[in-house]
Amino acid sequence: MSQPSLLARADFDSLIRALAARGYRVLGPRVRSGSIVFDEISGAADLSAGFISVQEPGSYRLEDSGNGRYFDYVHGPESLKRFLFAPKETLWTVSAGGEVSFKETLPDLRPLAVIGARACDLAGVSVQDRTFLAGQHSNYTDPYYACRRENLFIVAVNCTRSAATCFCVSMNTGPRARAGYDLALTELDEAFLVEAGSEQGETLLADLPLKPARDVDETAATQAIAAAADSQTRRLDTTDIQALLFSNLEHPRWDDVAERCLSCANCTMVCPTCFCHSESDVMSLDGTASEHRREWSSCFTLQHGYIHGAQIRPQIRHRYRQWLTHKLAAWIEQFGASGCVGCGRCITWCPTGIDLIEEVNAIRATRIDTPAPFASLFPPG
Amino acid sequence: MSANAKTFNPYLPQLAAVVERVDETRDVFTLRLCLHDAQARAAYRFQPGQFNMLYLWGVGEVAISIVSDPDDPDLIDHTIRAVGRVTRGLQRLKPGDKLGLRGPFGRGWPLEAAQGRHLLLITGGLGCAPTTSMIHYALQRRASYGRLTVCHGVKHPDDLIYTDRIQTWCAAPDTQVMLTADKGTPEWRGRVGLVTQALEDIDPIMFKGMAMMCGPEPMMVSVAEDLLKRGMMLTDIHLAMERNMQCAVGHCGHCQFGGKFICKDGPVFPYAQLRALLAVRGF
Repeated sequence: MSQPSLLARADFDSLIRALAARGYRVLGPRVRSGSIVFDEISGAADLSAGFISVQEPGSYRLEDSGNGRYFDYVHGPESLKRFLFAPKETLWTVSAGGEVSFKETLPDLRPLAVIGARACDLAGVSVQDRTFLAGQHSNYTDPYYACRRENLFIVAVNCTRSAATCFCVSMNTGPRARAGYDLALTELDEAFLVEAGSEQGETLLADLPLKPARDVDETAATQAIAAAADSQTRRLDTTDIQALLFSNLEHPRWDDVAERCLSCANCTMVCPTCFCHSESDVMSLDGTASEHRREWSSCFTLQHGYIHGAQIRPQIRHRYRQWLTHKLAAWIEQFGASGCVGCGRCITWCPTGIDLIEEVNAIRATRIDTPAPFASLFPPG
Repeated sequence: MSANAKTFNPYLPQLAAVVERVDETRDVFTLRLCLHDAQARAAYRFQPGQFNMLYLWGVGEVAISIVSDPDDPDLIDHTIRAVGRVTRGLQRLKPGDKLGLRGPFGRGWPLEAAQGRHLLLITGGLGCAPTTSMIHYALQRRASYGRLTVCHGVKHPDDLIYTDRIQTWCAAPDTQVMLTADKGTPEWRGRVGLVTQALEDIDPIMFKGMAMMCGPEPMMVSVAEDLLKRGMMLTDIHLAMERNMQCAVGHCGHCQFGGKFICKDGPVFPYAQLRALLAVRGF
């Protein structure tokens, strides 16, 4: 949208202060419990600097990066999901004192700015938009999501490193942020290359002590992002993925993965796109009012497949299969896009290190392709 | 949109009142409801096969199909089996009691495609409820449809509900009702056996028409496959599905069936869309 500018590392504070001055609550990456999470910051000094994350299937470890950079850590367990689709919230209340009446409880929010969203996180938001905002793929707008969406200012960071579990390149979502951000930063040695992606972002730039970026800065940024892309070794082959998975629903690999899967739901909690939630009522102690709440749920729980006395997906193999076929295949039918953005969090945060790419590869390598009518569901092309 | 802009909230129930509760069997009852707000009442329209979310104060919501006549949307009937916390609570409601209602949701029976066709309605157990408003719809517009055959199966004769309505249907022109119970009693005058076996006795001309089904999934699959063998077109078989629907608008994810959401793409589906997955356990 705009020509890139340069923000000196020493001036990074000005970005945080400019956002705060405009009324935003500002969140940025900080270390908590051994990983990076988004937490409240009032200045650059609050940011965690000098960390890289070493991510492997079932493992996440922060290490000293040997430099003072803020964003070399790549990512933590959190995407932008919880800022738009709240992990737990009250949808409405109902009171029975006298007349019964229902009252919606839309969040009354102070605008929020999140610094440090990655390209995969932006892709995750764009996927969730298809679920929660009315349009081609949804008949109804979720007013709670929409409200938060309108109040979120996103400062994206282009990745100049990849974790070993990253595969955004093969999902075509990163490592460069393409759209959906207000500002995008690329961290260089002594400065940040800054680009605006929205009018609000453009306006905010006017508050910052920027210098025009030189060609050499832009080249350095482009090369660093390209190097991050080149360093990714994980690739998810999505060729023919709907037919592949739905023609192999009785493949023995589902039994194999079920031996390793704990059905703990971690993968769905860290996934930027998983949208399942369940609803429940919480009655006030005096019995005069009740809150109707929703909270994140998961297809790995038994509650998810419960229907009056019966369990639709009683075995772990059913539940893992439900998750993977939905994420990578059924999602395309539902929303015209894959449910996977290649962030690799489900691989890192799986306690037993299950790698969905390996599962797909294993099925592809020994596919048994049940004949029609499965194949007819997803004609080639 | 600003933070305060008013967006229609699809999760927010409207206030409704119980007009009447009819106890159909020991654990099945029909709630006749009326929306409290006059404007909401005037605006409420539904199609046969659609469902509402009913909210019981302090307990929660359940998805229940609408069984009444779409021509009379002031009174909205729901036939419910008391099986869980919400439904057992709903069973205790009395006329005048308040509850929440939001809807209607989903895609109902294919009314237009069914015009001029013979209609074969095959139901098992409480599956008769979602088809009832279709039967009424067709009988109210008798000339628009061909022959009507209702084949209704129950486990035990005591499970039979809607006996008054069934008698009315029996008396309607060009309409046949077949009742079947898995186990008979000395008083039972219908067939004894599974509803799937009743197809033997149906006039083959009905297999040139359209089938609409609701009941347990294995029963629907078995009947649908049998209908195909008897020459019915795959595209003429429709079924109403059931899942754990919580939001009713395709957001909560509980009712997914492959690439379909039962709540918004259904609950009524052409069998062709579900056939492959219905053959797989665990979806």
